[in-house]
Amino acid sequence: MSPNFRIAFRFLTAKKRAMTMSLACTIIGVGLFIVTQATTSGFEEFFIKTILGTDGAMRIQDEIQDTIHAIKTSETSDFTVSAREEGRKYIEGVQEPTQIIEALANFANVSGASAVLRGNIQVRSSFKNESAQIFGIEIDQHVKVSVLKSQVIEGSLDVFRDTPSGVLIGSVLAARLHLQVDSSILIDPLNQQPARRYRICGIYETGVRDIDKSRVYVRLSEARSLLKKPTGVTFIQLNLNDPYRAPQDALHMEEVLRHSAEPWQEREKSWLSAFSALKISSGITVSVFTLIAGLAMFNTLAMIVLEKTKDIAILRSMGYERSDITQIFLWQAVIVLAVGIVAGSLFGGGATYAISQMPLPRGGITGIFATKHFIVNLTPWHFVEASLTAIVTVMVASLIPARRAARLEPGDIVRGTAQ
Amino acid sequence: MAENRTIALRCTNLHRYLGEGEGRVHVLKGVSFEARSGDVYAIVGPSGCGKSTLLYLLGLLDQPEEGEISINGQLMSNSDDAARTAARGEHIGFVFQFHFLMLEFSALDNVMMPMRKLGKLTPDQMTDRAHQLLTSVGLGEKTHRLGTQLSGGEQQRVAVARALANQPSIILADEPTGNLDVKNSSIVFDLLTRLAKENGQAVILVTHNPDIAGRCDFTRPMRDGLFV
Repeated sequence: MSPNFRIAFRFLTAKKRAMTMSLACTIIGVGLFIVTQATTSGFEEFFIKTILGTDGAMRIQDEIQDTIHAIKTSETSDFTVSAREEGRKYIEGVQEPTQIIEALANFANVSGASAVLRGNIQVRSSFKNESAQIFGIEIDQHVKVSVLKSQVIEGSLDVFRDTPSGVLIGSVLAARLHLQVDSSILIDPLNQQPARRYRICGIYETGVRDIDKSRVYVRLSEARSLLKKPTGVTFIQLNLNDPYRAPQDALHMEEVLRHSAEPWQEREKSWLSAFSALKISSGITVSVFTLIAGLAMFNTLAMIVLEKTKDIAILRSMGYERSDITQIFLWQAVIVLAVGIVAGSLFGGGATYAISQMPLPRGGITGIFATKHFIVNLTPWHFVEASLTAIVTVMVASLIPARRAARLEPGDIVRGTAQ
Repeated sequence: MAENRTIALRCTNLHRYLGEGEGRVHVLKGVSFEARSGDVYAIVGPSGCGKSTLLYLLGLLDQPEEGEISINGQLMSNSDDAARTAARGEHIGFVFQFHFLMLEFSALDNVMMPMRKLGKLTPDQMTDRAHQLLTSVGLGEKTHRLGTQLSGGEQQRVAVARALANQPSIILADEPTGNLDVKNSSIVFDLLTRLAKENGQAVILVTHNPDIAGRCDFTRPMRDGLFV
């Protein structure tokens, strides 16, 4: 054990109350930082999982047509060439979905593709009418790009597969229209065509309220007939092996397929930004505890400097250098930090686990996802971030009294005139 | 006989001012002094005459405005803080009036502290030497007592042992018996001088006590910042 560390340890343990205060603040600061980051990122991860499982990692939609600007070959000639790209024009929908899906099979990251035809409809039950959207899908394709199978809470996907006039409707829409499995509904395609009757084969719940209150799945062939669109689809929904590579893949796909490709990060930008802001804001809020830990450490060390001026003079008279004095005080901060980070991490990890077991009030959350419990996502990075925040705050706060102690002149102290 | 001994410490024409502005006082007005190894010097004089200020300058705890200080022939008055600190650790031992023990540490730890910084001995050698020094000041049975568990006289004896820990060539003592009763004063003074003489160290002590001063080899009275 180095002499400076030995002295630091004794100085610190002699100020038990002040040291306990600094330590408690460090533990709380580190622990709560871990808890808030784990819960915020837990909900964010769950949201991402929900939207990936519902709307896929990417959508290939409108066809791209470059608009070309003609330029003259010379001032005197009328001869022109089409040379400069002026902009882009989009043609709504995917006209050749089969060819595009075949082409998509060449992308290594693509694990599934499903053609979807979408249109606005009116759903009528014996109770009331509701506006909604019809999603025409090939069920066997769609289960490869979504978790629709696990989202069905009543009825069966197999019955839907085997029933030409079968539909799957969202739980909110079903509740609003007072519908159950095997109920029948009328779907009005809003295009002068007569309404058709369908049977409810299943009720699904994604947890995303906007989807659950408006989306009705039917077979793709039925959607074509209802919407009078014999060819083409609205978009192709993709599942990716690595969804976090979606933005890079989207750029590549746009170049190759000449269709716009929208990754989930772009599609859900507003929610993801909200989660990021929430994570930063909760981090800042909780950092107040770490800041208090820094102030408490500053206070503790400043008190020790004031009380130990004679000891500092003794040490300096015995040959201890200014850097030794600085080290003695910084070691005290390091001891508090080491104990605080270890204890704070245990506290944070334990509290995060306890929170993950807690039921949410009023039966849970629905809206952007559905859960009955707090969702946490505890990663080593949360411990690293919490530790770094505590280290920076406490060490910066400790540097001032440590440097002040080192600047003390031993002659002034023993003469009793130290300022 | 004193002429044959080496000069451990020499200062010439030391000037020192304390305070600032109108309160600035010319405390030392050109003091010159030398101390030889194995001799015990007493600096005496009324309060405020500059005795302690001189002692702190000699101990390199403070710097003069003018004049020179040499330790074992090496000019130290103009050296930087690191060199003066190193010289203090190796060549100078201090005994202060108010013991100045580090109270959270045991007597043994207090004596070992200068040795740990100098780092010339192994941990076992340090422990042995500290035990030996504490035994020589009569505290062999109390080596593990904290500073707070020792009486004033015992604390000052630990301070004497600590001052001798690195076998310095110079011992500086600022009223080492000023806070002790007659019996303890005599014990501490005898210890300090006996151990210093055994090791050939120069001892310079500031004292108000005429009995103590009278038992030193040399007495240098001071008045108004000068030796008289």
